[in-house]
Amino acid sequence: MNPVTATDPSVPAPAASAPLLLEVEGLTVRYGALTAVDSVGMRLAVGRRHALIGPNGAGKSSLFAALAGAQRTAGGQIVLDGQEITGHDEAQRAKAGLVRTYQHSNLFSGLSVLDNVRVGVERTEGQPLRPWPRRRADRRIVEAAIESIERVGLADRLNAPVSALSHGERRQVEVALVLACHPKVVLFDEPTAGMSAAETHHFAALIESLPDTMAAIIIEHDLDVVFRLAHSISVLAAGKVIASGTPAQVRDDPAVQEAYLGSGRGDEPLFEEVSR
Amino acid sequence: MTRRTGRLRPAGVLLLVVILAAVPFLLASYPVSLGGRILAFALVVVSTDLLTGVTGMPTLAQVGYFGVGAYSAGLVGIHWTDNLIVQLAVGTLAAGLLALVTGVVAVRTAGIVFLMVTLAIGELIHQVADRLDFLGASNGLVGIPAGTLYPGGEPLILAGYTYWWALLVFLLGLTVAYVVAKSPLGLSMRAVRESPTRLRAVGQSTYVVRLVAFIIAGAIAGAAGTAWTAQTRFVSPGDLAFSVSALALLSVVLGGAGTLWGPAIGAAVVFLTRDWLAANYFTGHADLLLGIVFVLAVFLLPRGIAGYQLSRRSDPPHSGAAA
Repeated sequence: MNPVTATDPSVPAPAASAPLLLEVEGLTVRYGALTAVDSVGMRLAVGRRHALIGPNGAGKSSLFAALAGAQRTAGGQIVLDGQEITGHDEAQRAKAGLVRTYQHSNLFSGLSVLDNVRVGVERTEGQPLRPWPRRRADRRIVEAAIESIERVGLADRLNAPVSALSHGERRQVEVALVLACHPKVVLFDEPTAGMSAAETHHFAALIESLPDTMAAIIIEHDLDVVFRLAHSISVLAAGKVIASGTPAQVRDDPAVQEAYLGSGRGDEPLFEEVSR
Repeated sequence: MTRRTGRLRPAGVLLLVVILAAVPFLLASYPVSLGGRILAFALVVVSTDLLTGVTGMPTLAQVGYFGVGAYSAGLVGIHWTDNLIVQLAVGTLAAGLLALVTGVVAVRTAGIVFLMVTLAIGELIHQVADRLDFLGASNGLVGIPAGTLYPGGEPLILAGYTYWWALLVFLLGLTVAYVVAKSPLGLSMRAVRESPTRLRAVGQSTYVVRLVAFIIAGAIAGAAGTAWTAQTRFVSPGDLAFSVSALALLSVVLGGAGTLWGPAIGAAVVFLTRDWLAANYFTGHADLLLGIVFVLAVFLLPRGIAGYQLSRRSDPPHSGAAA
């Protein structure tokens, strides 16, 4: 039904047996006459981390918003763990297991770390609409939330309001909240942006420690992080996937160099992000 | 701004309830009946805070649902039974039901648009009350018999008794509000306030949370309305005018949004300023006086009465917290 992109969008096959968690085909986003995401496809297997890179304005964030259900699409199909979710809204997709983080931390900033994560646990394991407290059920939720918070290393900040946390700590809360949602696929939108080197290192380790029953797609500008974390990479330029493959394949692809460096002016280092 | 639902200390609460219950022994008849009306209004303000402060949905409709409760109780009293418990149940249900019907549309909006929609709901209810003959139209609903607590019981006529009934309804409503705020639903409501987009990203429909909060708040306001009728035995369209809605919202701000008990105190300050201070000492200048109170509050108590109390206690205000 949808013309598949010229470049083969499928990422290099992981272990052939690993079941696919996410299959995207022909995903298109248009803003008026502008096609921000042009018939993009990708496949993601269990336990894999896929990175999306590309220059500013390539359509990475639009693609993410479309995947998460926050952006209306002009075409395409999304299948999550065998379930068609193209028609789902954002909340339904998150319920189905496709959960996103935001480029700029988007948390319940007036609430404590514990309460932030409780919101997620309550949705997946509790009764978020029950209008009265129930001691045992509520304690179970709190314990699950604390477990999730300990996992990201914030156990000592349980009762701190998120607004009092550092940037890196907020990112950790995001991960704890996402984990609390029992996701199948997590979308990380520039998770290490604005972090110090130490925070970045810590955060990459955290992402590496995620359970391998889930998969992740990561938009990231820091290519050290990309090459450390990603099993496979897609390069997006002007809304299209221009290359896709293992980190080594992508690094050597001439089309990628072209996209990053314009018309081959030459001596700028590869993958340097144009800061405009 | 870090908003929180205040923590209840059993001893302090008990003391407060005892003092409130002792009012009819300490004051004359008029101040006692004023106190009873303050309690009814305070409960409307608590319901307004449940939406405005806890859920982050500033609303002007609560006085409308208060009116639904007040008129329902009056109609039940005239045409069916003078039993106050029945009136309370009918008024609460009627207001909750109307909140459901109107909320289905209203909570699809947020922010200023929501405020305008709730303004329209409040005005609509006001207009209906002002026009319909069986509600007494602009003359108001008159001839409501004094209520009783049980069949064949003594009618509550004296101000002290109706005050106690109002106090009971107030405490009941306040308790419901506190229980809801402490529940998982309360957490969801605060999450809606802090970031609806994030709540959706977690997989929770914000629409449902908003709607349920809207219905509960409407029902509480309705209960407050029945307590009003039980005392005044007369409901006038003026009781649900826009100016009252505005006072309810301002009482929330004055008391400290999101704390529930703060706005109840804010309501008392507003009511006393208008109906006691202005009436006795500055006749004809009620609006001016209220204006001065609000301006002073903005300068001296930027986080409301509850905020002042909280910041004096152990926990320092997280200044600069959030935007």
